[in-house]
Order: sequence, then structure tokens, then C-alpha cells
Amino acid sequence: MSIRDRADLVQPGESTEPDEAAGWTAAVRRRLVRELPPDTMLPDTQPKYVASWIYVFGVLTLAAFLVVLGSGAVLAIQGPSWWHTSDIGHFFNSLHLWSVELFMAFMVIHLWGKFFMAAWRGRRALTWITGAVAFLGSIGTAFTGYLTQQNLDSQWIAVQSKDALNAVGIGAYFSPMNFGQMLMWHIVLLPAFVGILVVLHVLMVRRRGVVPPLPLRDRPAEAEPGTASEAGREAEAAETEEQP
Amino acid sequence: MSAVTQGALAAAVDLNGPGHYLNWGVIQISAANLVIIGVMIVVFVLALLLPFPKGRGRR
Repeated sequence: MSIRDRADLVQPGESTEPDEAAGWTAAVRRRLVRELPPDTMLPDTQPKYVASWIYVFGVLTLAAFLVVLGSGAVLAIQGPSWWHTSDIGHFFNSLHLWSVELFMAFMVIHLWGKFFMAAWRGRRALTWITGAVAFLGSIGTAFTGYLTQQNLDSQWIAVQSKDALNAVGIGAYFSPMNFGQMLMWHIVLLPAFVGILVVLHVLMVRRRGVVPPLPLRDRPAEAEPGTASEAGREAEAAETEEQP
Repeated sequence: MSAVTQGALAAAVDLNGPGHYLNWGVIQISAANLVIIGVMIVVFVLALLLPFPKGRGRR
């Protein structure tokens, strides 16, 4: 059925013409709609195999990340030494610390789950890579966070780590004892790097769908209809057919 | 929080001193980090084993 044949189904105000507009904005619009269709980006259902607690840790990581960004933004308003002199500052610093603890813990459990699920299957390699690089970026962000605490801990870590960074030849460009540089890396460059990767990661998860569980190839008798192993086999078979 | 509760918590986890470290050859790890890694492994195993509540909107 073509778009013109569907004229009776079109809502008032909706165009029945195909999008053939010229210009780069129209080209970008067509590309985005083709690559990131709205019903795929914001689905209202999920496959039955997603009904497992192990699939929850990705969104838990995202939730913790939002608290990290929010509490970090409040700390940025008043400056890095505010938490030493104010109870409210101390509260937000603790909120920042514990949300980071949860962020890292949830992210590592998410990584364990996806690793043992071989989550790079089904043309999801780039999803896996963006997640892994975001994890490495998060370690760098945590490191620069330690360096901006404005206490003996941060001084100790800066002095010790400078030797390691000098030993690998990057101390001239990334100096832990340069407080201003570390603060800018912590609150501008690395959050932007991790944030962009997280957005790309989520978009790729939406585009390819949540990875199905591994099928139980050696034990076909256990793959009862409606179980996760049966769902995994069906999903993997469907994905294999889709691939060129 | 009452003084009694605060005292009980402080007795259970005293964070006002040097950390406790475990050594095994070249491997050295703080007790706090070892506990966190242990808790993460427990949470991972529970996530695999515990049943997920039935919900709507799954195909």
C-alpha cells in the first residue's frame, strides 16, 4: 500500500506527500527518521527475555549517572572547596560520591552480564565498544575527581600518580599536580566524553534491540516454549536471517 | 540519629583510622574494596537467580 493509497487513513493536517524536500536539514531529517525511527527509539513493549533482573543494571547505571551529573552541577556552582565549609556542600559532596560508587558498581555488573551474554552478537559490536570506552572514560573521570577533593587525599594521589604518568610520557600534557587542568578535565572534558558515549550507546541499544540470551544448543530438551532459552534461540535465528 | 545509634554504627564500621589491608604475595587489597567486590558478585548472582515480577507490555 503506497502513501497515496492511504489517504483515507491520514490524520487532519498530516501530509500525504513523500518527504522529497531539498536542503541539508531535510536530508538530515530523512536520515534520522530512517536510522532512528521513533517507534524503535521509544518502544512500548520489550521481548519476554528482558524479564530478568540482569537486564535492569543498564538503566540503573543510567539513573546513577544522572544523579552524578546533577550533584556535580550543584558542586560546580559553589566550587570545589565548598564542601569543606558548608553542611549543604558536604551533603552534595556525599551525594556525588555515593552516586559515583553506585554508578561504577552497576556499570561493572552490567558489563559482567553483557560479557557472559556475548552481547556483541547480532551486529552489536559498536554498542559493546562504546560501552567499554565509556567505562574507561569513567575511570579517568573518577581519577580526576579524586584529584579535585582539595584535601590531603587529593594531594597524595596527585604526587603519587604524576610519577606513573611521567613514566608513560604523558605528564607534560596531563599533569595531576596541575589542579586547574584536572578540574577542567573532571567537570568539562571527561563528562562530555562519557556523556556523548552514553547517549550513542543507548541509541545503539534502541536501534539493534536488547541482546537476546544465548541459546542452549547442547540441551535442546530444556528449551521449553516460553522460556528464556527458547526466546534466545528464536531471537538469534531471526537475527541471523536479517544479516546480509 | 541518637547518640546510641551513632555509637553502634561507629563500633560496627570505624572509618576514622587507617584502612585494613590484606596481602597475598604481590597482591594487596583493602578490606573495604574486597567487601565491595564480594557484594557486587553476590548482587550479580542474585540478579541471575531471583525471579523477575510479571509485568505488562512484553511481547
